Amino acid sequence: MKRLLATAVLAVVLAAGTAQAQTSVKIGVLSDMSSLYSDIAGPGSVAAAKMAIADFTAKNPGIKVELISGDHQNKADIGSQLANQWYDVDKVDLIIDTPNSGVALAVSQITSTKNKLFIVSGAAASDLTGPKCNANTIHWTYDTWMLANGTGKALVKTGGDTWFFLTADYAFGHALERDTAAAVEKNGGKVLGKVRHPLNTNDFSSFLLQAQTSKAKVIGLANAGGDTINAIKAGAEFGIVKGGQKFAGLLVFASDVNALGLQTAQGLTLTETWYWDANETNRAWTKRWQAERGAAGKFPTMVQAGVYSGITHYLKAVTALKSGADGKAVVAKMKDTPTDDPLFGKGTVRADGRKIHDAYLFEVKAPSESKYPGDFYKLRATIPAAEAFRPLKEGGCSLVGS
Amino acid sequence: MFEIFGIPSQALFGQLLIGLINGSFYALLSLGLAVIFGMLNIINFTHGAQYMMGAFTAYLLLQHTGLGYWPALIVAPILVGITGMIVERTMLKWLYKLDHLYGLLLTFGLALIIEGVVRNYYGSAGLPYTMPESLQGGRNLGFMFLPNYRAWVIVASLTICLGTWFVIERTRLGANLRAATENPTLVRAFGINVPRMITLTYGFGIALAAFAGVMAAPIYNVSPQMGAELIIVVFAVVVIGGMGSILGAIVTGFGLGVIEGLTKVFFPEASNTVIFVIMAIVLLVRPAGLFGRRA
Repeated sequence: MKRLLATAVLAVVLAAGTAQAQTSVKIGVLSDMSSLYSDIAGPGSVAAAKMAIADFTAKNPGIKVELISGDHQNKADIGSQLANQWYDVDKVDLIIDTPNSGVALAVSQITSTKNKLFIVSGAAASDLTGPKCNANTIHWTYDTWMLANGTGKALVKTGGDTWFFLTADYAFGHALERDTAAAVEKNGGKVLGKVRHPLNTNDFSSFLLQAQTSKAKVIGLANAGGDTINAIKAGAEFGIVKGGQKFAGLLVFASDVNALGLQTAQGLTLTETWYWDANETNRAWTKRWQAERGAAGKFPTMVQAGVYSGITHYLKAVTALKSGADGKAVVAKMKDTPTDDPLFGKGTVRADGRKIHDAYLFEVKAPSESKYPGDFYKLRATIPAAEAFRPLKEGGCSLVGS
Repeated sequence: MFEIFGIPSQALFGQLLIGLINGSFYALLSLGLAVIFGMLNIINFTHGAQYMMGAFTAYLLLQHTGLGYWPALIVAPILVGITGMIVERTMLKWLYKLDHLYGLLLTFGLALIIEGVVRNYYGSAGLPYTMPESLQGGRNLGFMFLPNYRAWVIVASLTICLGTWFVIERTRLGANLRAATENPTLVRAFGINVPRMITLTYGFGIALAAFAGVMAAPIYNVSPQMGAELIIVVFAVVVIGGMGSILGAIVTGFGLGVIEGLTKVFFPEASNTVIFVIMAIVLLVRPAGLFGRRA
């Protein structure tokens, strides 16, 4: 049925194409399809991209959109090679998604030299709109500064003023630790110590013992995915939370909460920019997404919602320009036009390429408070768009005139 | 209170104990590998995937049949062990006469397939598994807080390891098994069904991996890649101990757990490399491993 519908849409689009000269663009979802981040982004991002294209072309039959997708396997060299091939051979105009900051930084560079367009939804490093910014890249959904500022500030303000960091020992972890430590200190807190652990550490008990002896009130987890899950699981076992210390998951997705189980994850504070159960529109979108993805029990993440939102805004700009060929021109148009879509509401794209919208501070519910599958969070605070992201002048982006 | 290298002795004792606990997992997994290599001459790269299957089977048993942790500790290894025996009967048995490399490639490929299939159905983020109530909580030892579950891990692992060592090195069954590896034709002449014995041994090695998987489920993330992350370290343990040496696998498993634990205190960044550094040194000084027989 779905395929039939897609064919029908395509037929209509093609028929319209014969009537008038048509704008056509090609979008590539470059993601982690088979590993660590494939639940956060991956096939779910492709589903979101399909939905965005279907919704937009239904209202604007004058544009023809093709979609392809690929797996970067979390390796910067494979990601770069795919990006080059897509731009040069397959004539892709826009690459979107790309979790893993290492890959995203490489693709951003390539996009700039080839004057194409790159919308980052999955990667976190705030450097993408800081020292490493360029006129062809837009960072859509979230970044390390925003996570640090949201969770860090909120915890210091509620009394968590001494911190100990467990940091994944690579670019992303360092960036997250640096940004969070800055937010903590700026709000009057103190960093008592830190441990840099290797990526994919199985057992955190040794590090937790060190965190325990530090007597810090908050243990900041500057890591992601399996590392975060293993740390919190071991923390529950070693009585960290019962002993009065608190975990701050600096990058936690709904899928991680699901993996931990509410019993273990309850009380965890985290920041996200989109939550599937926040309102009626999101819930309706989630239903469609689950059907498109073919996964009834899964819930979309903010990264996947960001792919939908990003493509929608991109297609608006392309329609207005009647061409997607000049990456810089499309980005400029996207920065000029305020954003407005069902999932992220109204927002803007800043001069440095940072997309601006509200962020939300959530707390994970206790098992007794959760009424249905996927009922993970309660809203603690809304961080207004103007405060949620790094101030334009502080990023060190060369596109920002002083 | 005295200090050792600037670390309070209390904290150090805690870290030593934690190292022993992690060593229990290394020992359990490398024991299975050593049994399979020693008896079948197969380098079983599927071991990590089978460890993961153990954890997932425990999860599925709980979800679909309501079987909790304790029954799963017995049922999951049996089920996974049976799948192992099927693999041995249908695929591995054709490779015994060939170079080690073929077995390695086959089992490595199988590991990738199993991981891919599990990821396809359950995603990569992982699944929750709650600790049995009887093992929750812990006790204060004075120098550290010891969760009951970790104490149980040490006890269970030591029992299984020593039991296996005893059966293989000190009983008639073990003697037959070792003889069958040395000279299968001769052992067959005594009326012993060698192929069946080999199949059961492989099944037992796999069951050990699955057992470790169930033990890991309540404390580590139950995800498709949980085995792949661990298996490389475990292989290093087996190489250091001496390929195929049962006692070597057990002693090095615990020993390296402790060394890794101490590294996590003094130089955390190197905690995942220290084992490979030791492996390199051991290979230079004693190429057959610490307990290897062909030194």
